[in-house]
Amino acid sequence: MSVDRRARIGLRLLALGYLAVLLLVPVALVFYRTFEKGIGFVWESITTPAAIHALFLTLEVALITVPLNAVFGVLAAHALVRSRFPGKRLLDALIDLPFAISPVVVGLSLLLLYGRTGWFGPWLAEHGIQLIFSVPGIVIATVFVSMPFVVREVAPVLQEIGDEQEQAAATLGASPWQTFWRVTLPAIRWGLAYGVVLSTARAIGEFGAVSVVSGKIAGETETLTLLVEKRFQNFDLAGAYAASALLAVIALATLGFMSVIGSRRSES
Amino acid sequence: MIAVERVTKRFADFTALDDISFEAPDGKLTALLGPSGSGKSTLLRVIAGLEVPDSGTIVVSGSDATRLPPQKRGIGFVFQHYAAFKHMTLRDNVAFGLKIRKKPKPEIKAKVDELLHLVGLDGFHDRYPNQLSGGQRQRMALARALAVEPSVLLLDEPFGALDANVRADLRAWLRRLHEQVPVTTVLVTHDQEEAMELADLIVLLKDGRIAQAGAPRELYERPADAFVMGFLGPVSKVRGELVRPHDVALSDRPEDGWEEAMVQRVVHLGFEVRVELVRKDGEEISAQLTRGEAEAIEPEAGSIVWLRPPAGKVSA
Repeated sequence: MSVDRRARIGLRLLALGYLAVLLLVPVALVFYRTFEKGIGFVWESITTPAAIHALFLTLEVALITVPLNAVFGVLAAHALVRSRFPGKRLLDALIDLPFAISPVVVGLSLLLLYGRTGWFGPWLAEHGIQLIFSVPGIVIATVFVSMPFVVREVAPVLQEIGDEQEQAAATLGASPWQTFWRVTLPAIRWGLAYGVVLSTARAIGEFGAVSVVSGKIAGETETLTLLVEKRFQNFDLAGAYAASALLAVIALATLGFMSVIGSRRSES
Repeated sequence: MIAVERVTKRFADFTALDDISFEAPDGKLTALLGPSGSGKSTLLRVIAGLEVPDSGTIVVSGSDATRLPPQKRGIGFVFQHYAAFKHMTLRDNVAFGLKIRKKPKPEIKAKVDELLHLVGLDGFHDRYPNQLSGGQRQRMALARALAVEPSVLLLDEPFGALDANVRADLRAWLRRLHEQVPVTTVLVTHDQEEAMELADLIVLLKDGRIAQAGAPRELYERPADAFVMGFLGPVSKVRGELVRPHDVALSDRPEDGWEEAMVQRVVHLGFEVRVELVRKDGEEISAQLTRGEAEAIEPEAGSIVWLRPPAGKVSA
């Protein structure tokens, strides 16, 4: 065995070991700790009224957030790639803002805008609308942090397919709407699906921004990630692990979807 | 008939089309010919409604179409890079325009079968575009454009992305197809041979203006200026005038009124032989001979021959 070959194998082991310690071990440990006290205990701690409510709230927020992101993401990507308008480059840069800003800061700025003493607070209160410390606030915060995924997945695909197919559809008599449904959407479908899955994962896992705007009211505005944190703070480690395992299962399912979509996408 | 009247189109400070007027007659094939950047593709896109002219009008079949969107112009458009709908089978590609028009299913099926047969793609119904060669994709695109029975067929460098031998085949095929289906056609090309072979009428463009328009033979034999003459075929310059190499006569002995020249190079091009010469005054000139003529003279590099240049057509 040559030194060169040994060095290569060594480097590979180092990379794999690094990934294992940082990624695999923690996730495995969560599952190990979760089932340490038996499956019965796990079932009990994820079927408490608070846990069930947290799970459904998390899914509800994702179900509202992700379609919004999908629709506006496709619209924004279309505008960025297909049209020319003043301020386009600024918009292009702004789309990444949620990636750049810490979610906690996002939460705080929403508080400053819509909170009781915020800019729109008094007006909202007058009209009986409560955004902060309620579900709509959680949705707004989640939309904000998970917005760029669809745009960033769809825009390069739109760029790559070009506009000739759309022009061909127009010359064949298709209205812009028909062209979108029959030509553009099928062409971007895998990019869109990938963006939707990423956006879903982010929506379900979001903690920082939601933590600030939700008020963490058990059984009302407490999402799964917030539940994990609360149980951990209250020294209910086993309960925290169980809730974490639930999140991890959702995340693994997402990962499975992504790899399926990824392979379909590279085929087409 | 398509009538283009005083059309001007600018992009920022670049004038792509400068006061263009011409007519593409019914049932004929008109070629928009020119070098890249001459505005020929822009002109075709203006006719299609994919670009809006800054001024001027487009009349299709007698009615003003200048402000009509592409959907309403009754045109078929074929793109250089096929613009095939990649996620659809050939059947669905060709049926697209018919489905948009909500034709009954049996009618769509019959039409698709007929067109795929017409373009020689029988039995390819369920293939996807990426399973076809470039030439097949372009024939599919043509079938798709013809499916909606357009009053005008617009072809934007349809063979521009294909290999030379496929181009030649498809060119001959398109000419036969046009005889079978004589729809008014406008073809954009930068290849003068393609235009000469296919077109009934050539509109030669340069820098957004029409350099000359007319029948291919007319342009070849009576070019309006040096650009037209140079674009349509090889030229040599003699005493400030342009001549065609095949009009230059050669002899291996002195004849009355002919002049002496030295052979620099002899290039054999199959049936034809190109003899590159330098005249006494130092000017270079080419003569194009048939193989038989060349064998009689036996020119070789360094030998002296006598030549008779024809009267020039245009001054350089």
